[in-house]
Amino acid sequence: MRALISADGLAKSFGGKPALDGVDLEVAAGTVLGLLGPNGAGKTTAVRVLTTLLRPDAGHAYVAGIDVLRHPAKVRRVIGVSGQYAAIDEYLTGRENLEMVGQLYQLKSRDAKHRARELLAWFELGDAADRTAKTYSGGMRRRLDLAAALVVRPPVLFLDEPTTGLNPHSRLMLWSVIAALAEDGTTILLTTQYLEEADRLAHNIVVVDRGRVIASGTSSDLKARVGGQRVEVIVRDLASIDTAAQLLSSLAKSEAEIERHARKITVAADHGVRTLADLAAELGQRDIAVDDMFLRRPTLDDVFLRLTGKAS
Amino acid sequence: MTFSFASRERPPEVPAPFSSTVESNPELSCSEILRAFPNSWVVTKRNLRTMVRMPENFVFRLIQPLIFLLVFYYIAGGAIKIPGTGSAGYREFLIPGILAQTVTFAAASSSVGIADDMTKGLVDRFRTLPMSRPAVLSGRAFADLLQTAVTLLVLAGVSLAIGWRVHSGILPVIYALLLLLLVSFSLSWVGALIGLSVRTPEAASSGGLIWVFPVAFVSDAFVPVQTMPGWLQGIAYWNPFSAIVQACRTLLGSPGINRSGPWPIQHPIAAALLWSLVIGTIFASLAIRKYQRIDR
Repeated sequence: MRALISADGLAKSFGGKPALDGVDLEVAAGTVLGLLGPNGAGKTTAVRVLTTLLRPDAGHAYVAGIDVLRHPAKVRRVIGVSGQYAAIDEYLTGRENLEMVGQLYQLKSRDAKHRARELLAWFELGDAADRTAKTYSGGMRRRLDLAAALVVRPPVLFLDEPTTGLNPHSRLMLWSVIAALAEDGTTILLTTQYLEEADRLAHNIVVVDRGRVIASGTSSDLKARVGGQRVEVIVRDLASIDTAAQLLSSLAKSEAEIERHARKITVAADHGVRTLADLAAELGQRDIAVDDMFLRRPTLDDVFLRLTGKAS
Repeated sequence: MTFSFASRERPPEVPAPFSSTVESNPELSCSEILRAFPNSWVVTKRNLRTMVRMPENFVFRLIQPLIFLLVFYYIAGGAIKIPGTGSAGYREFLIPGILAQTVTFAAASSSVGIADDMTKGLVDRFRTLPMSRPAVLSGRAFADLLQTAVTLLVLAGVSLAIGWRVHSGILPVIYALLLLLLVSFSLSWVGALIGLSVRTPEAASSGGLIWVFPVAFVSDAFVPVQTMPGWLQGIAYWNPFSAIVQACRTLLGSPGINRSGPWPIQHPIAAALLWSLVIGTIFASLAIRKYQRIDR
């Protein structure tokens, strides 16, 4: 399938500190790529290069087959961008913000108004449409910002941490919007710090750390590398942590991660709740006192721990 | 409760996302020049709306020159004698200077406006749109031009109230206003460049103003240049600001204009136009270039 977004050896330093250190990535037409990484991994810098905002020190980038460095003006006609910080004018109303973007695309005044009304309704901002954006909540601002990126139905969409800092309701709503856009055939590059978000929305995931790609594949590829669910155990007595870790490790057939300051042991739970039950029974039998024990899904931390040998 | 979604358990059923016929198209190429004016007008309208909704900024910008006028007229006025004029001489000498100084504040307004749009990410939004490149900056300059025009009219009104009189005709007065607006437009690009170069609106606020004081004071605006030390006189005579003030005095028919000095003082209107065009052209190209290559 044709790649609608591709980057080849992107490098960019700020004051001698590399933000991108040779990043390659490719997003096939009609798919969603999740660019996953911790703060400062270079995700935003990559998006800024691909959206014509920043010139890289080295490398090439193409969007919809157009060379981003040579023809940025052409690229701007096919992309929609929604950033980490809502780029809206607080002193304009939601409606005025969207109409302004439409007018800047040189839509006819009637079309700009119509499109603004349509987007406001879709993003459930109809009731707040004529209030200044200053009065909007964080989630509403983010929705308005995404709406502004969709004024002319761009075939390629860049979303930089679209849900960071949002409450679960707003997050869920944005997820459903992004999923609908993907369904509609929009090619999307989405950056996120949340494995769950990438898992939920992205067909493919690229993991970046310190400006480099450290893994890529589908969500299940990555999970296979990280292992599935995990069991976390907080032992009551620090003295028993090594014995407990050894026991859990041999039963779960997984390396045990130990965090002494938290008295915490983490092991993979390949059989989910069954592993949890087996481990709990064994700990009980050995009289190892436990403060807390639970099953959880793998997080970005687990991905990093596995891929880099250190926490993110 | 306007945020209806917060009260629901599940995300809303999302309708078909696009019924609009609006589609993007990379080949839809209308020339950059043709886009410049409509784009710039959209940005201007947006800036004017913002000004109306934040009237406090506008009010402060209005009060600032009024304070200068009243302080200089009532406090310094008694001590400064302008050769060749009567008792009202300093007022007639000062007011064109105050009008010209007011215009320089447009630069500060532009730098704060641009820096603010930078920190809020709006400049990023604009830079990802297929817009004419100078439109964000020229839209700023046009909005600040209108703000300057209103300020000048208020200031002229107050000046008339304290006894100032125009000694020329209606046409020269209009020319003086147009000249000042041209200066305002040129200086807005200086402000835009400052706004694009600093990291915070606070820095833009001081950076946009800081150069105004030496430029305005080492000139013919507030005190006659002849009273300055010799080495400073040279600077003051060649200061573009002196030519602008002198041009206003000429057009407004102020009494006792000093005509002895280098070329800009002898031909102040030509010099003022020339300075404005040169400054405007240089700083507009620098600012547009900077805008395209923002690197952060």
